Amino acid sequence: MTQAQAKAEVVLRLDLITKSFGPLRANDAISLTLRRGEVVALLGENGAGKTTLMNILFGHYVADSGEVDVFGQPLPPGQPRAALKAGVGMVHQHFTLAGNLTVLDNITLGTESLWSRGRGRAVARAKVEALARDFGLVVDPMAKVSRLTVGERQRVEILKALYRDAKILILDEPTAVLTPQEAEALFATLRKATALGLSVIFISHKLHEVMAIADRCLVLRHGRVVGEVDTHATDKARLAALMVGGELTLPKAEAKVAGPMLMELQSVSTPDRGPAPGLKAVSLALRAGQITGLAGVSGNGQAALADLMSGLAQPASGTLALNGAPVTQWSPRTAVAQGIGRIPEDRHHTGSIADFDLTENAVLEGYRSRFSKAGWMNWPAARAFAEGIIATYDVRCPGPATRIRLLSGGNMQKLILGRALAPGPQIILANQPVRGLDIGAIAYVQSQLIAARDRGAAILLISEDLDEIMGLSDVLHVMSQGRLSPAFPRGSMSAPEIGLWMAGQGFTEGRHAA
Amino acid sequence: MSDIIDILISASFWAAVIRIATPLIFATMGELICERAGVLNLGIEGIMVIGAFTGWMAVYQGMPLWGGVATAMAAGMLFGLLHSTLTVPFGLSQHVVGLGVTLLATATASFAYRLMLPEVTSPPKIEPFQPLDLPVLSDLPFLGEAIFQQTALTWAAFAVAALTAFTLYRTPLGLALRAAGENPAAVEAQGLSVTALRMGAVIVGSGLMALGGAFLTLSAFSSFFFEMVNGRGWVCVALVVFGAWKPGKAVLGAILFAAFDALQIRLQQTDLGAVLPYQLFLAAPYILSILALILMSRRAEVPAALMLPYNKGER
Amino acid sequence: MRLEPIANPSTLRRLGLPALALAATMAVATLLALVAGADPFATLGQIATGALGSRLAVLETLNRATPLIFTGLAVAVAFRAKLWNIGAEAQLYAGAIAAVLLGTGELGSPWVLPVSALAAMLAGALILLGPVLLKTRLGVDEVVTTLLLNFIMLLFVSYLLEGPLKDPMGMGWPKSPALIPEARLPRIVEGLRLHWGFALALIAAVLVWIIQTRTTLGFEIRAVGQNPAAARFAGIPVNRVLLKTALLSGGLAALAGWSEVAGLKGHLSQDLSPGFGYTGIIVAMLALLHPLGVVISALFVAGIFVGSDAMSRTAGVPTYIADMLLATALLFMVLAILLTKMRVVRG
Repeated sequence: MTQAQAKAEVVLRLDLITKSFGPLRANDAISLTLRRGEVVALLGENGAGKTTLMNILFGHYVADSGEVDVFGQPLPPGQPRAALKAGVGMVHQHFTLAGNLTVLDNITLGTESLWSRGRGRAVARAKVEALARDFGLVVDPMAKVSRLTVGERQRVEILKALYRDAKILILDEPTAVLTPQEAEALFATLRKATALGLSVIFISHKLHEVMAIADRCLVLRHGRVVGEVDTHATDKARLAALMVGGELTLPKAEAKVAGPMLMELQSVSTPDRGPAPGLKAVSLALRAGQITGLAGVSGNGQAALADLMSGLAQPASGTLALNGAPVTQWSPRTAVAQGIGRIPEDRHHTGSIADFDLTENAVLEGYRSRFSKAGWMNWPAARAFAEGIIATYDVRCPGPATRIRLLSGGNMQKLILGRALAPGPQIILANQPVRGLDIGAIAYVQSQLIAARDRGAAILLISEDLDEIMGLSDVLHVMSQGRLSPAFPRGSMSAPEIGLWMAGQGFTEGRHAA
Repeated sequence: MSDIIDILISASFWAAVIRIATPLIFATMGELICERAGVLNLGIEGIMVIGAFTGWMAVYQGMPLWGGVATAMAAGMLFGLLHSTLTVPFGLSQHVVGLGVTLLATATASFAYRLMLPEVTSPPKIEPFQPLDLPVLSDLPFLGEAIFQQTALTWAAFAVAALTAFTLYRTPLGLALRAAGENPAAVEAQGLSVTALRMGAVIVGSGLMALGGAFLTLSAFSSFFFEMVNGRGWVCVALVVFGAWKPGKAVLGAILFAAFDALQIRLQQTDLGAVLPYQLFLAAPYILSILALILMSRRAEVPAALMLPYNKGER
Repeated sequence: MRLEPIANPSTLRRLGLPALALAATMAVATLLALVAGADPFATLGQIATGALGSRLAVLETLNRATPLIFTGLAVAVAFRAKLWNIGAEAQLYAGAIAAVLLGTGELGSPWVLPVSALAAMLAGALILLGPVLLKTRLGVDEVVTTLLLNFIMLLFVSYLLEGPLKDPMGMGWPKSPALIPEARLPRIVEGLRLHWGFALALIAAVLVWIIQTRTTLGFEIRAVGQNPAAARFAGIPVNRVLLKTALLSGGLAALAGWSEVAGLKGHLSQDLSPGFGYTGIIVAMLALLHPLGVVISALFVAGIFVGSDAMSRTAGVPTYIADMLLATALLFMVLAILLTKMRVVRG
């Protein structure tokens, strides 16, 4: 902290904020001070309570106790409107934009009295364009949001806050969805903002970003502040130890010799779905004993590839071959029958059925082939199978009759992992397998994937987290606009180089030589 | 064939089309407002019944016609309040609650009717709205009779449609309503209350549905019958889909639909009517509605958050 | 306000809230009686005695419950899969038509009952197949199509009764010829006005319960209803499950019409069903979509109707009080069920 900042006025003060959800204490007496022109990072792993704290500040939640002061005035709890009025702007991790409306409509939404006639779009548009210029946030105000890239959407989110003359910007995991270059541009915007007197709270679990942008850093663990440090006076290792609470390192995948090709896509294309691109003549080989990583900004065709591999979509052209034989019949059921273990991107909406118990969720894929006879369910066998998964995969739960919605994200993921891995699949699709999990669960899931690779499975790992991809993959591809890059062997590319591919550079029109 | 042409060039046919379209326009606008905000209101059929009954009963009890209109609207809004309380803050199934509201509103109308008129065998008539005599316009040849001899409620229906379109697309309120139907989280993040917007939309929309019902008793038939709404509400739900959730197209859909309805009534009196069973003509509106749904199934842009309850605590 | 899920709802909560919903319905009944200028306790008492007070009353209630069990099961099966079949009324009439078509002709006598029952189920299933195919193929909302089909079906019945199926002996009254004796469902006990349709309805309820809890189809139906995206991902053929559900649901609703014609009326007329199809929705919801619960709630609903009819003849409260009470009970019950799983919290 510089001398000037130390003297700068306090713009925001959180005082002993406490919030519980049922038995879980998400925030435990957290205090925070933010000064004018300062960037404070909230660092912590998933589930540490960062987002909850900011949702309280912004009025989405009401704290059980504690107070929020903005510019010396107490903020009434539970009113986003009051927070906005006091000059707090929030960029949510999951963007809050209406896709069918224009950028301008999204920005002006709620800024004028609902009972007024509105002041006309020309004025609003001029203001948006001026802000975009000043802060380096280029985006077409008249474009429909559903047509924008993820990076552009984030710019709209920031413009929303600036349009309301926000003095305090909260950014929740803003770089999670960006390319390294886009993240740099974001940092440039934030530096401009702080130079103009804005203050920023930057939520992240990525140490290098915190070190790069923040002046000060508050470390949260299990809902408590476990440290407050000046970023100029610390290093990554110390921050990491604070964040995790000891030495817990993620598993490292040692390089191995790849085996035969188990799954092959030859020039496969699938149709676009709305603004989401389909596959564009994608050729890909998954080999036994190898983790193939797929990097890319979300919404660039990863979902199309995952749908294809899990059986939800069929190739419109090109061929999909398993063990050298092209498949003709292709559905989720045949995919499971052909020995593909699938971990879906969204464990809540596609991976599990919230009000089903663990037994029912465990047999969701195998109920027909393994746990029934002539149309009659074999519930004792199903229960035994679920108990086996619970024991083998360390699912912490009261028992197989528990509804899965009551489990934590990590335990839910372990059950899904067990369901996919228990039959010993030769091919595994792992789509965002650790997103939103705490570090213990991340380490567990990753070690299971590595173990599966080591016994000879071919794994496709899809993730938006470049660090994760680079750490685990034996070979990696980048996707952009439905196109697939050539295969890059482990260690052959730096993060910025991959970032350029993620942004769509390097792709030649048409096909690549593999 | 010449029968059809004769019908189409008669002024009374077009006057009937506009008359038949009126309740559909009211109720379709009401449903459209609800759905644009993200709430499917299947209470529509029952709310039309309660509107028809309360409007008529109020006038029968001595209120002026416009008092009947206001009463009907208030009754509709009351059921809208019930519907929206259950579907918006509590997020209950819009299908189940909507059907429940329809059953309750219909039963309430029947119960109140029997309670207030225990003895009557045929319902009493009231003095209905009369066609407005517009200077010059009403006296035009053909057009005067075809278009410009309608009651004030009909003109009100078109005014409501124009106002709905204007509000939805040209005011901050309309923007907020549309956003609530597209992504409620976006609305909440901008400091507006999704609950208030959606409840307001359902309450106002239900008021308009009740007006549609009131037109039947106060302008079209001068009396109340149990079966008088007869599926019109469901037809309006189909019309919203047919109109791709846009007020202008929905009005056109209502007029098109009314034209077919007016045509089938007249065709029954022709040679064709002598050959085909009259039930086929009566079924035409329902068959047409299903065809409209099929036709528009792939094209329309459904509000993205339609039928999705919003609970801001959900993580 | 905000809703927060309750991890392990207490027994008190799970039983108390639905009981409270029924109590609240009773409070509304009291209010309605007062509005009608009647003594509320006497009114409620007369409804109860009207439904259960004599052997005749009980038999009447059981008879009234029979079609409601079938339509209630039809709705419960469909709603489990979140297939919004509001067309039980049309399917009911399809079953009734089948009963008449096969029951008035020359069909070999020992087989006429089972054949007409199967034909009825097939007819009802076909009626629902259209809307479900439109839903799975084109994404057309089945609520509106099944509702509209009800109106079309009623007009079709009207056409049949004035045309091809008109009873020449009907003296101008639109009704079908009577069923031959072999096509009629016999009474369960000779001398008591209760036909085998009631017993069949109970058997149907048990069979549906077994299907739902013990078979792969039941598992699939529940999975599709709870989360179609997860079901599809897991390899459950969602559209095929919806079609099977439709066949089952439409078939059950058709049995309501079939048993009314073959068991009770002996012929088809325009007023065969006073909205049994719609009331089936209430029956199913009050039973929390549980097939065995459907039996109990159908008896309850039938009792309210029969009792209200009897009460209105003496107490002067309109018989429509029954419809009001049941609609109220439906709304209170869905709210109560929600509150067994969620609690309302501030912020």
